[in-house]
This record gives sequence, structure tokens and C-alpha cells, in this order.
Amino acid sequence: MTNEPHIKIDNLTMGYGDFVVQHDLNCVINKGDIFVIMGGNGCGKTTLMRALVGLQRPTAGTIFYSGEDFWNVPQEDQERLKRRLGIMFQSGALWSSLTLAENVALPLIEYSTLPPRRIDELVSFKLALVGLAGFEEFYPVELSGGMKKRAGLARAMALDPEIMVIDEPSAGLDPLTARRLDDLILELRDSLGTTIVVVTHELASILNIGSNSVFLDNETRTMIATGNPREALKSGDPRVRHFLTRGEA
Amino acid sequence: MKTAHSITGNQEAAWHLETRRIEPDAMQVVFTGRWCIDQDLPSSAALHAELTEDLRRLTFRTDALGAWDSGFLAFLAALRKFCVGRGIVVDQSGLPAGVGHLLTMAFAVPAQKVSDRTGGRQTLLVQVGTETIAFFRGLPEMLHFLGEITLSFGRLLTGRAQFRMSDLWLEVEEIGPRALLIVSVICFLVGLILAYLGADQLRMVGAQRFIADLVAIGMVREMGALMTGIIIAGRTGAAFAAQLGTMQVNEEIDAFKTLGISPIDFLVLPRILALMLMMPLLTLYAGFIGMLAGMLVSTTIFHISVFEYYTETIQALELKHFLVGLSKGSVYGAMVAYSGCLRGIQCGRSAEAVGEAATSAVVTGILLITITASLLTIIYYQLGI
Repeated sequence: MTNEPHIKIDNLTMGYGDFVVQHDLNCVINKGDIFVIMGGNGCGKTTLMRALVGLQRPTAGTIFYSGEDFWNVPQEDQERLKRRLGIMFQSGALWSSLTLAENVALPLIEYSTLPPRRIDELVSFKLALVGLAGFEEFYPVELSGGMKKRAGLARAMALDPEIMVIDEPSAGLDPLTARRLDDLILELRDSLGTTIVVVTHELASILNIGSNSVFLDNETRTMIATGNPREALKSGDPRVRHFLTRGEA
Repeated sequence: MKTAHSITGNQEAAWHLETRRIEPDAMQVVFTGRWCIDQDLPSSAALHAELTEDLRRLTFRTDALGAWDSGFLAFLAALRKFCVGRGIVVDQSGLPAGVGHLLTMAFAVPAQKVSDRTGGRQTLLVQVGTETIAFFRGLPEMLHFLGEITLSFGRLLTGRAQFRMSDLWLEVEEIGPRALLIVSVICFLVGLILAYLGADQLRMVGAQRFIADLVAIGMVREMGALMTGIIIAGRTGAAFAAQLGTMQVNEEIDAFKTLGISPIDFLVLPRILALMLMMPLLTLYAGFIGMLAGMLVSTTIFHISVFEYYTETIQALELKHFLVGLSKGSVYGAMVAYSGCLRGIQCGRSAEAVGEAATSAVVTGILLITITASLLTIIYYQLGI
């Protein structure tokens, strides 16, 4: 973790038509941060994630990646910035007509000049890293929801992205696998220096891996806290504390 | 072995690999330079020749290792896998801590052992055999589905079918009024073709005014129903399969079953009813449009008066022609609805399967229409209708 800003969210407002999902969001995500976007159901966590990865244009405000205005750079520059991101969707979003190996290999085939043998080694390693060694030739339809999710993470890691955006990594996973995934996220940050943005409301995960966070509120439709989630647990906003202690505080 | 490689234009140190025998049965691999995915890194196979059978231990030295990423990790993982297969102990202590942790994580879950899934390429004979067996295995399933629909109709007649009338009217609207434009275009052109075809042949015997008979009987009795059936198979049959297939993927059909609601009653019955209701009307409409096209061609190209064409048409058409056309329309509608719903309900649980279901629904629909068209023609001929 460094103090070098990697992503800056500046006065961001997002919505659908006239409906404002969240407004005036401001936060800085430093290099090597594990930044958790948290909040109750329907507060706009996934909408913020979609804005971060280029799937939904914000209605106002800007997102900077290493100082570059993501939504206002020319199309080719935005595509270049997108290639620095690795995204894992909530359901895994694997391509159903491709095997797991082909799913992970596709970004490598498209955006690298690696020979097939090296790509095979990389694919096997990435799948092994998420506990799916030996499943290379399986199709997504043959996997459980948790396995699809892990394969989605392997695909997100394919190009060793600088920034990984992960939507609900541990939802629907057994506790051991969820813990393993949390460990992997920590290790990716520690070993490769990856900046990781995680959308989740799994309390164990938030407290285990989060080094920075933003809490989106449903009622006021804006952020009500930012910073280390463990600090928020002790002295943060009462609404955040209420959320992080499952309503006990 | 000593291997070195440099990347053109890369200002950073290139990767470098060196192996040393540190003991008679132990080898050390020394990594230096930058080992990143954007370089032309070697495959672990480059070391296989060095890993001889007398080797029992492999160690690493990384003091001069520069930047690394998963390119380095993948190399090491593949190397470790090879060594384990050869019974060589891999000592990871010489690797950077992060590399060691990630490698340990990668090997923490044993690899799934599966039989050969690639299967190899099948010969044409095997493919034909497999498809034939699959077709005959599918027949009982088709009959079972037909049986379920029959039971559902039984429940409908006794007032026990669980479906919403609003769904039926929605389907009626979708199948009927919204299909009028495409039915108009296609049937107008078919009527036009029939008129030209008839005119060419009838001119030889000086009986051009019988174009009206040919077009009227052809459109009302056969072509109206057939063309509408084919249009509806492509438009509505595919939509039924895609809708039900997507519901299968989203487990919506399972949700009906767990609630004790028959998906056949709730989803299939309104669709079949809607098509059986709308197809005769569309067939009538198609016949009318076809005759209109015939009249247009006859009056403008072959100089037959509108009155003459009208009179000839009225004389040619009998009630039985309408009944034959309407009955065929109803049957084709049922066939299209059956094939669309069957393929949708049979759909697998992936996006690809939904596409296959839609394609299969159209193919099955057109095949069933063709078969029933032939059968009905023979039956009506034998009955003298």
C-alpha cells in the first residue's frame, strides 16, 4: 500500500434517467489499497462498480485513473485504460460456449503475443490459484455457482491487471472457499501490488481484507463514511457501525 | 545449461536463467533480470532436459531477480508440476516470499482428476450414428410432452388448468396483430408468383381468366396456411423456445414445479391456445392478401377486368376450401406451438443452449408443418374434400 493515488472519484453522481442512485461521491483509492464498497441492498454499490469499469456513464462527476479522466478521454485511451482493469462479475459472467481454459486464455490471446504453450501454462496456473486445477476442459454449465465465480476471478487475473474490480467475491461460497479467496486477494495485493476494489456486504470479508472503504447510504443516497472499515467499526458513523455489527451497535 | 534472452526496445534487464549442479543429486536454478508476462519468457519445457532421472532435489536462487509477475509464477508452477511427476523434491525457500505464498496457494487444492474430455475427432459414421440414436431417444420425450399437453387441455376443459387469461391475451396480441405486416408482405408476393405462374401456363390454352381460380384455391386451401405456418414458425416458434429456454436457465420453471404449479398449464397452454386461435385468422387474412395480389397482376398485366376476376373467384371458391385452409392453419399453429414450447422446455442451462433451442424449434416446426401438410393433403384427397 502506498500513498500514491491510483483511482480518484470526484463529485460522482450516478442514476437512471431522473432517478439518482448516488450523488456527490468523493474518494481516493491508493495504489495497493483493497477498497471495499459497502452498503445495504439497493444502495448503488453495483452501479458504482459499473461506472468504475466503463459500463455505465455517470450523470455527473469524474473518475480518474492515475490522473486520466476515464469518462472524458478519447475512446482509444479509454480502451487502453480498461485493459489495465480486471473485472470479476457477481455471477462469474463466463462465456458459456468456451471451456474454462478458453475463458481465461481469451484475454491473453487477444492482448498478448505469448506463444500457445506459455498461454497454457499461465491458464493452468491462474485456474490452480483459484482452486480449479484440472477443470480446464469443463464448460461453465458443468460448474457450480461458486466455481463459476472463482473461474471468473481467474479470468479477471489473466492479464495481471493493475486494478481488479471484484463484485461480491464471497457471496454464495462455503466459508473455507470464501476465506481462501480473501487470502488470495490479500496475496495479490501484497505480492503483485494490485489495487483491488471489492463490492461486498460480507462482514467477515470487509473486516478481513479491507484497507479502505466507502459506505453508501440508502436513505441519503450518498456516501456517509470512508476510510479503514476496522476503524469505522470502532468510531465511525453510527449507521456504519450499526451495519458492521449487524444492528447490534 | 545457460539460457539468455533480451527483448528489443526493453530498457529493463531481460530475463536470464542458469542451472547449477550443487550436489550430485541436486540442481539449483538461478533467476536474474525481469520476469514479466509482457516479455518473451521461456516455457518450463526449456528445463526438462536438465531434469534428469538422477536428480532428487531442485532449489532456486533469486538474489538478482528483478520485477516479476504471473509470467514467472506460471513458469515455476509448470516446472514444479513436472518435478513432482518425476519424484523431484522442489525446495521453494530460495524464492521471494510472495512467490512462495502464491505457489503454495496454487497447489493447495489438488488437481481434479478427470477422464479425457477432449474425446478426439469423431468419424462421420460415428457422428451420424450418434445423431440417429439421439433422435430416436428423443421421440419418447416428444410423446411425453404431447401427453402432458393433452392432460393440460383436459384440465382446461374441466376448469382446473392453472393459467392467467391475461397471459393468453398477451400472446394473442403478440402472435396476431403484430404479425400482420410480415404475413401481408410474404403472402402478397406468393399470390403474385402464383398469378404469374398460372398466367404463363394458362395462356397456352387461352384460359387466362382461370388465373383467379388458381390463385383463390391455391391461397385459400394450401399456400395461405403453409406460408403463414412457416412465417409463424420463424417468428413465434423461435420466440417461444427462447422465452421458455431463458426461463429454464433462470430456474423459473423449477420455481413453478416446486410451488406445485404445472409449467405446462401456466406457460405452454396459453401459447398453444393463442396460436391455435390466431392461426386460422391469419390464414384467412393471408388468403385474402394473396387473392388481392393475384387480382392486381391479372388486371394490370394480363388485362382481365376486376369484375371478371371477382366473379371467377366467387365461382371457384367453395366452403370446403375455406374449411380445409382453416383446419390446416389450426394444425400448423399447433405444430409450431408444440415445437417451440418443447424445445424451450428441453433447453439446457446456458446462453448457448437457448440459441440452440430457438434454432431447433424453427427446424422442428417447419419439419412438422411439412409432414402434416403432406398427410392432410392425402387424407383430404381420399375423403374427396
